[in-house]
Amino acid sequence: MGEFKVHRVRFFNYIPSGIRCVAYNNQSNRLAVSRTDGTVEIYNLSANYFQEKFFPGHESRATEALCWAKGQRLFSAGLNGEIIEYDLQALNIKYAVDAFGGPIWSMAVSPHGSQLLVGCEDGSVKLFQITPDKIQFERNFDRQKSRILSLSWHPSGTHVAAGSIDYISVFDVKSGSAVHKMLVDRQYMGVSKRKCIIWGVAFLSDGTVISVDSAGKVQFWDSATGTLVKNHLIANADVQSIAVSDQEDSFVVGTAEGTVFHFQLVSVTSNSSEKQWVRTKPFQHHTHDVRTVAHSPTALISGGTDTHLVIRPLMEKVEVKNYDAALRKITFPHRRLISCSKKRQLLLFQFTHHLELWRLGSTVATGKNGDTLPLSRDADHLLHLKTKGPENIICSCISPCGSWIAYSTTSRFFLYRLNYEQDNISLQRVSKMPAFLRSALQILFSEDSTKLFVASNQGSLHVIRLLEGSFKHLHTFQPQSGTVESMCLLAVSPDGNWLASSGTSAGVHVYNIKHLKLHCTVPSYNFPVTALAIAPNTNNLVIAHSDQQVFEYSIPDKQYTEWSRTIQKQGFHYLWLQRDTPITHISFHPKRPMHILLHDAYMFCIIDKSLPLPNDKTLLYNPLPPTNESDVIRRRTAHAFKISKIYKPLLFMDLLDERTLVAVERPLDDIIAQLPPPIKKKKFGT
Amino acid sequence: GGAHSQHAGRAIHARQRSPAQQTGFLFGRFLICQVGLLVLARESAKPAGRDVLQSIGLPKMAALEEGFTLSAVPLGVGPHGLLGVEQSDKADQFLVTDGGRTVILYKVSDQKPLGSWSVKQGQIITCPAVCNFQTGEYIVVHDNKVLRIWSNEDVNLDKVFKATLSAEIYRIHSIQGTEPLVLFKEGAVRGLEALLAEPQQKIETVISDEEVIKWTKIFMVFKHPVLIFITEKHGNYFAYIQKFNSHTLSKYMLLLGQEENSVIQSFTASVDRKFISLMSLSSDGCIYETLVPIHPSDPEKDQRVVRSLLLKTVVSGDTRNGVALTVLDQDHVAVLGPPLPSSKECISIWNTKFQTLQTSKELPQGTSGQLWYYGENLFVLHGKFLTVIPYKCEVSSLAGALGKLKHSQDPGTQTAPHFVNWETSRGYRLGSQNSEQSKRILRRRKTEVSVQNPASKELLSAIKKDSEKHIEVELCKFLAIKPTPDFNTIIGDIVSELLGRHKAEPSFYPRNSLMQLIQTHVLSHSLCPGLMEAALEKADVQMLQLCLQQFPDIPESVTCACLKIFLSISDGSLQEAEINMESVSDYSDSVQEEKMEEQTEVLHNGFNAEEENCDNCDRELNKKPQDAAEETTSCPVIPKRAALLNAILHSAYSEMFLLPHLKDIPAQHVTLFLQYLYFLYLKCSENATMTLPGLHPPTLNQIMDWICLLLDANFTVVVMIPEAKRLLLSLYKFVKSQICICSELNKIEVSFRELQKLNQEKNNRELYSIEVLELF
Repeated sequence: MGEFKVHRVRFFNYIPSGIRCVAYNNQSNRLAVSRTDGTVEIYNLSANYFQEKFFPGHESRATEALCWAKGQRLFSAGLNGEIIEYDLQALNIKYAVDAFGGPIWSMAVSPHGSQLLVGCEDGSVKLFQITPDKIQFERNFDRQKSRILSLSWHPSGTHVAAGSIDYISVFDVKSGSAVHKMLVDRQYMGVSKRKCIIWGVAFLSDGTVISVDSAGKVQFWDSATGTLVKNHLIANADVQSIAVSDQEDSFVVGTAEGTVFHFQLVSVTSNSSEKQWVRTKPFQHHTHDVRTVAHSPTALISGGTDTHLVIRPLMEKVEVKNYDAALRKITFPHRRLISCSKKRQLLLFQFTHHLELWRLGSTVATGKNGDTLPLSRDADHLLHLKTKGPENIICSCISPCGSWIAYSTTSRFFLYRLNYEQDNISLQRVSKMPAFLRSALQILFSEDSTKLFVASNQGSLHVIRLLEGSFKHLHTFQPQSGTVESMCLLAVSPDGNWLASSGTSAGVHVYNIKHLKLHCTVPSYNFPVTALAIAPNTNNLVIAHSDQQVFEYSIPDKQYTEWSRTIQKQGFHYLWLQRDTPITHISFHPKRPMHILLHDAYMFCIIDKSLPLPNDKTLLYNPLPPTNESDVIRRRTAHAFKISKIYKPLLFMDLLDERTLVAVERPLDDIIAQLPPPIKKKKFGT
Repeated sequence: GGAHSQHAGRAIHARQRSPAQQTGFLFGRFLICQVGLLVLARESAKPAGRDVLQSIGLPKMAALEEGFTLSAVPLGVGPHGLLGVEQSDKADQFLVTDGGRTVILYKVSDQKPLGSWSVKQGQIITCPAVCNFQTGEYIVVHDNKVLRIWSNEDVNLDKVFKATLSAEIYRIHSIQGTEPLVLFKEGAVRGLEALLAEPQQKIETVISDEEVIKWTKIFMVFKHPVLIFITEKHGNYFAYIQKFNSHTLSKYMLLLGQEENSVIQSFTASVDRKFISLMSLSSDGCIYETLVPIHPSDPEKDQRVVRSLLLKTVVSGDTRNGVALTVLDQDHVAVLGPPLPSSKECISIWNTKFQTLQTSKELPQGTSGQLWYYGENLFVLHGKFLTVIPYKCEVSSLAGALGKLKHSQDPGTQTAPHFVNWETSRGYRLGSQNSEQSKRILRRRKTEVSVQNPASKELLSAIKKDSEKHIEVELCKFLAIKPTPDFNTIIGDIVSELLGRHKAEPSFYPRNSLMQLIQTHVLSHSLCPGLMEAALEKADVQMLQLCLQQFPDIPESVTCACLKIFLSISDGSLQEAEINMESVSDYSDSVQEEKMEEQTEVLHNGFNAEEENCDNCDRELNKKPQDAAEETTSCPVIPKRAALLNAILHSAYSEMFLLPHLKDIPAQHVTLFLQYLYFLYLKCSENATMTLPGLHPPTLNQIMDWICLLLDANFTVVVMIPEAKRLLLSLYKFVKSQICICSELNKIEVSFRELQKLNQEKNNRELYSIEVLELF
């Protein structure tokens, strides 16, 4: 099949940011996740948990609260004191409103979705009216003594529970006055702690308020009388988050020890109507603080300092065994952070606030499968490029020739020219970028590095010609009339004639670069596109979707290829469809037109279109080299999918030349090693 | 007693644990605690402990609320702060007398002044203004001798009623229910009316030369005013009690006790029927209490009263000023002053009964060392402003402390079932009952039952009159019938019928029938609460053993009563009883196949005790090595008793409820039981699986838990018994070795983690490599 030299790269020192908030939207089955660097990500739980959108972070915008309102509107609030609404179409921030209460610690949308409540550092609870295009401050509730760390509305919208330090207040929404103040015991295992922080509250329709606090307690309060009804001591450390199901028959809490507890309302005896809350299941999927939890109808969702987003399906709620029945642990972004210059064997790594350029090493030795070859030259760190300003990098790209680097933040676009003189490189910024090039969602260079394609967040696509040290704006493809959807993925054909682009939901558009016009649109498909590429010579467009389907579409013929039709007819192998990470990159072999190379986080695959397709009875993944079996058996069992799982977690894989691959791995242990130490639990003795 | 109650707290605390921990280690943890207490227990041999706990009723929770300042006008600019804060005839209004020339009337709830009066320039107010509750007028003294009386309508103090007296006034006391009383600096007291009638009358001298009044207060005792004032002369303090119904004055000398040198800085007093409880805050920072009798035994003679320490070091000892105290209620005092030499001034509430600090509030801007308390408000001068701190002391409820159980009982439904159907919870299934039927079982309908079951009806009637033999026959008949869904309720009825008759005629004890009924497996303690009671009465150990084995819901008190009988019953009467011996195997044939090489080695779980420095106990233990060997091989109780004790070990319990009952077991029985448990433990550790031989033996966990429980409950007693000493020492040694193992394991864990890290690094190839990959 093929023998490659693989540059196995583990020096991409990427650390995902810890998860701060998750917010589940029942209506669209989407999950919004905010991270400690201010990034907000949107996962489509119906589309195989694909991370379909993201809003880049900002140094000063530490998000403390995140919530959905009126179905599709997403708000966040944070320590800079601002409430932000996100534009989910244009993928930018619609507006930011200062609440004038100091840092905001909590936020909650009213059950009817028309009002927004924020809890501030100065102890104020502020009510905002959600208008169709903005939010409007309405009034303050009675000021409390210390910061409001958690808020929850009663499902009827008449009362609100607010967790502060050492006590919980119950507010009457109409008057804005505190009806009850429920003091929380500071005692922790008999020792009085300095303060008891109420990390989370939940208000149930029967008037029960559930609180979780820094003393490791889950407490049930009767809001009518302001008395403690029940107390569960569940952790030796803080209980940091709580989420209740819509039916109010189960809830989930997350602790600083990394444990997630499931509580359910169960009958006291098998056939009595009296029910009580019982701690049913503990889950330990995290090593660090579980900062946030969410409860979807079928799953418990948790995230925290250890950067994993964990989706744990409730088996009793899952009817069929499919994607939804499996535990999901999402650690890496579903987009590429790495680009590669094949000609100069360079890798460009994208971090939150800087870029790193590395040159791969080389070897002259040869070997057989599995050998590690001696290096004649080690990899070099050439460049460390820090961004200016507080904004996070959205996307970056290095040109195939290695002479250009482009990256973008929310408000600025940067283009650099690189000059190589023996061992020295010099970097020169291309100044005077045109005004329309402000924010890019995706950047791509043509194969010959003469053109730059930029997908902006208004749905337009800019084509720019690059000259020695300067540039020229050639054309802008405007979005289709009536849509403002941003394009997230780009692909250009090696001959430079075709440009394919895809957004989050509409189909893939193919533009003719020569004539600067739209060539065709690939019929839209139910699931979002995760990777795009155009094959050399044939100009076949290969599209991978989040449901693990792969299509091949002939651009010249404006139709799906015969191979694509065949595989759709026969269907993919069931194990292929059960993979849980999306394909993030597709590439082609320059000399073998029948090969498609693609990878996700846990496998790398070469599809050989000339071989028969596997059916569900054949072994999809066969890591063992053939033994002395007769060639007949080998030929009979050979199929189109050649899979390797040696490299994982695999963030990037590409073909440098016919016989050389580059694989960028990011071992989880390396990430864990750089996280703050988790709470130590003694294994022996007292 | 304080140390004892602390023991109890710690012991209970030590029993809280996570189930994941291994028993051995857990036991170790517990015993550290106990052994640590050994020293303490010796120090204070007073066997108190429990009565402290018992005396705790519902605790009151004192709380200070957020304070507020009364006005923006600076007060107390003079060197002595405020002269006083006094109540007026309206509940919410207070007269504040500034050190200089002003009297202000404040309404506290509105936080604003209602009126303000000043004396002329050159005059100075010498005594706080008070309200005459009988007339509603205000009275103030200026220049020591001049009385001014005015009412709300008056504007200028210069123009109001004035009376000049012949002697200097110390204080005017005004209290609800009597006329104002004037205390002169020489110790004489006059009613206001009498004084006003003849202002220039002669005032006698009561106290001696150089004696100075330090403090005074008035009380109403049986509707009559009683005035107390304290004087000081050359470092000696005297208390004078003036009663007005009998016009007697008694004098007491305050004996300071050992703290002769201390200066009293502040007084406060409260009164009950016979005594004035005088509290004083001394310069050593402690509060002392003196009980001064209101009705002296011999009023003529000078008497002495002794003061006793009430609270230790509530404020820093060497504070010059700014300390004050006031009694809030029976159990609480408020103290003003810095708790530590370097700290800022605080107002703190102490509970004198439990000697605890209830709450405290810092006053960073300093105070004048004065404190007043009226109704629910504390008044202090904080900085330059008069601050009111509302104080509340609510009786805390058990619900507040422990959480409240919600009773969601629909009004329409019947009350909770009389007893629980244990079948459903234990997974038994009787016949083909569906959920509808089992629901019905929960509701006890006696009449229906008897109508439905003629056999049981017959039996019930037989119980009323027939002989034991006949009942047995009837019972056999009844039990032979196929069980109906409400079988367990019928059995319950039969048992209660039998017990009812037993109660009526004590000679009737249908033992065989009862045994048979218990063995139907459907009975529970709640179904026939009298059964075990009767068996206990009869000391019927066989029946008790059966009940312990069969009933899932025996209360801890009954379990403990059984234990007492099992331990105290004589060997002779045990020999006669028929006892199920399946939990006991012959412990004497200790040679077993998996027996480990050396017993002591096993005891220490692989840890070599000789390296350890608990030499004392080692030496003592090693004195009689033969004894030790003997102890491990011979069972301290006869097999039948062992079987009974095993039944106890198997029974379910909740520590919280069991512990108090365990305290009532006599010491020698505790020792015996401990010896038996220790013997079981040694037997357990003889084999690798840490189990006992036999069909249904006690588990290691049960043995350990009971050792812990027994020691928890009776440690102070056991420590005093010489026979138990060796046992305790061996337990101590065992625990010590366990602790060592734990610490070693913790050390090893760290090393292992380092090794693992190294190993990982090795596995993790370098950050960059070029490899060959072949895809097939």
